[in-house]
Order: sequence, then structure tokens, then C-alpha cells
Amino acid sequence: MAKLESSFKNMLLVLAGISLFSALTLGSMYKLTEAPIAASKKAKQENAIKAVLPPFDRIADAEKITVEGVTDTFNVYKAYDKTDKFVGAAVESFSKNGFSGVIKIMVGFDVEGNIVDYSVLEQKETPGLGTKMLDWFKTDKNNQSIKGKNPAQNNLTVSKDGGEVDAITAATISSRAFLEAVQLAYAAYSNNPDAPDMTSGATAKQEAADSSTVAVTNN
Amino acid sequence: MSKVSNVKVLFNGIIKENPVFVLLLGMCPTLGTTSSAINGLSMGLATTFVLVASNVVIALIKNIIPDKVRIPAFIVVIATFVTMVEMAMQAYLPALYESLGLFIPLIVVNCIVLGRAEAYAAKNTVFSSMFDGLGMGLGFSMALTLLGATRELLGTGKVFSLSVFPENYGMLLFVLAPGAFIALGYLIAVFNKLRKA
Repeated sequence: MAKLESSFKNMLLVLAGISLFSALTLGSMYKLTEAPIAASKKAKQENAIKAVLPPFDRIADAEKITVEGVTDTFNVYKAYDKTDKFVGAAVESFSKNGFSGVIKIMVGFDVEGNIVDYSVLEQKETPGLGTKMLDWFKTDKNNQSIKGKNPAQNNLTVSKDGGEVDAITAATISSRAFLEAVQLAYAAYSNNPDAPDMTSGATAKQEAADSSTVAVTNN
Repeated sequence: MSKVSNVKVLFNGIIKENPVFVLLLGMCPTLGTTSSAINGLSMGLATTFVLVASNVVIALIKNIIPDKVRIPAFIVVIATFVTMVEMAMQAYLPALYESLGLFIPLIVVNCIVLGRAEAYAAKNTVFSSMFDGLGMGLGFSMALTLLGATRELLGTGKVFSLSVFPENYGMLLFVLAPGAFIALGYLIAVFNKLRKA
């Protein structure tokens, strides 16, 4: 078969034909993968929540909580056990002060406001340096770990800034941003309108709000 | 086309005209995605799929494409397959999709893919175009896996996430961009030495 001549009509028809065919293919592919994509996103979020909380039976829907001095809202997922007793909450928090891009983390707090665990949802820090945050702050070595600490009682800033946490070697900026996100998470957790009885109560709320504002302006 | 020449076409892409080590094409994904062996391999396989599929389709429709619009027509075909790979990966391999991120949609502008479409598929039969795509794709995958494994080994002491060297070993340089250039340079030298031997 000889090649089609490059006339205006031929070019128009062929390109339109190819594009139409491609659009049809992609449309059906989209339909096919829509459900699995949504499912995998949901599974990822649920796993992140599960990983940072004490054992629970069900999670309430996300609550949007605002923190003083921050325009974005925070998603707080409250967890309850079988008897519907509040066992803790996972807070999706973030920091824009990382070395590159936004850092998004999920932090789990128990009823007293102690940090149970955290997981990093999104980060674009330098590979080999800032990316160590994925498990640096849960490794029980020197003063690295933030697990079990309470942001209301412990000063969760890097030791360079007079805090209690060892920053990641050669990644102080990433560490500061990470801890800022943790403190914002705690602020959101304690700003929760029907927050559970916390040992330190109102003062904790105030302190957390203060430290988060400081952290924001500092950076 | 006889069977022998198809095998020849296949190995042409893997060794004689290896897109990375010999033609030095597609450097952007080569350097960008090879921070670990598994990333390199998956990027290579995704590109292989796109190469084979687009080569076959372009060889099929080459006669109805007027010469003056062949490049846009090729790009639409390639972009369609890339988007399909992207959606499939996002649905079934979300972890991989996250680590490769931006580089998957960028396969559209990978010069190997368009290069093979223009240089080979637009002039040859469907069957040998398929082998050409497969050969080039496997050559690309091999190069990316080798480079990824080298960088992962030197940078973190692991290969495919399995520890080879003792804990805490690692030359950070090889995980970062400069290490990619250094490792690639040495691999090209070794590959060409072996190829000529």
C-alpha cells in the first residue's frame, strides 16, 4: 500500500482518527483502573493510620481541625476500641520548611497525648540525608526517638535549638521541619473540639499552640 | 524476514547498539531513576513495554500516516501507551509508582522511543519492529538495572534491598546525582571494552 499523500484533508483525518482512537483507549483504561487506584490510595492511608496508633476497633471519619497561625486545616482521625472508648487519634500534619518540597506525616497520639508512632506520607528531601527521617525518629538510639514523648512536656525541637531530640546527621533543616510538623500535629490533636481528658489539659493546649507558632516563625 | 535476522535485531538493541551504553540515548531517566536496582529495572521494563507496543502499532499504521504529520502521530501513539502504563502502575503497583513518580509520564519524550519509531518501525515490518522494540527495551532495562545495582551497592551496601556489605556502609555520593554520572562513565567504559573484545 502506498503512503498517503500529505494533503490537508489526509493529515487532518489521520491525526483526528489516531487521537480519537487513543482517547477511546485511554477512557476505557481509566474506567478499568479507577476503582483499584482509589482502593490503593485508601489502603495506603488506612495503613498509615494503623501503623501509628495503638490497637483500635474503628476509626471515625476525618475531622478538619484548624491550628492558630496556620491557614491549612489538619485531618484528625479518632480511633475507638470495641466499647467505643477513645484510644487515640492519628493526625495528618505537614511542614513547608523542609529542604525541598512539603513534608507530610501522620502522627499517632494516645489518650494522654503521648506520641505512639509516626509515618512519613510524602517527602522530597535529599536521598541519604533528609530521607532518613523515615525511621530516624523512631530508632531508639541516643536521643533520636520521639516515640512515647509528649509534646506538652518534652521540648521536641532539635538539640541545636535547645530541644531534646537529636537531629539527623547533616540534615538539621529536614529535622527541624519534621519536628515542626509533629508539633503542629499535636496542636491540632489538642485543639480537637471534644478532646479527651488530657493530663495537662488547657496548659498543654496553650503551650503546643505557642511552640507551633514559634516554630513557624523561626524557620 | 527470516528468523535468524530477527534474533540479530533483538541482540542489536541489547549489545551492539545498546541505547544507554553505546548510543547514549535516554540519559535523563537513566541518571534520574537508577538510585536503586529495583527502580532501574522497573523503569526499564516500563519503557520496554512502551517501546514494543508503540513500535508494533506504528509499523501497523505507517502507511496511512502522511509524512508531514508523522511525528505528531507517533507521539500520540507513544503518549497513549505511556498513560496506560502510568494508570496500570498507579492501580496495581502504587509503591513503585511513587518512587518513579514523574519519570513515568516522561517516557513520552524519551528519545529512544521516538527514535526507534522514526528510525525503525516506520520503515520495517510489524514483526521485526516488535523485535527491535524488545531488543532496545531489554538493552535499556539491562543498562538501568546494572547502573542501579552499582549505585545501590556503592551507595548503601545493598543490591535489590538485600544487604551485601555490613550495616552502616555507604558512600552517599553514589546515591546522589554526581555518583550517577561517575558510575555511568565507568560502566560505559567497561561495556565498550567487553563489546570490542
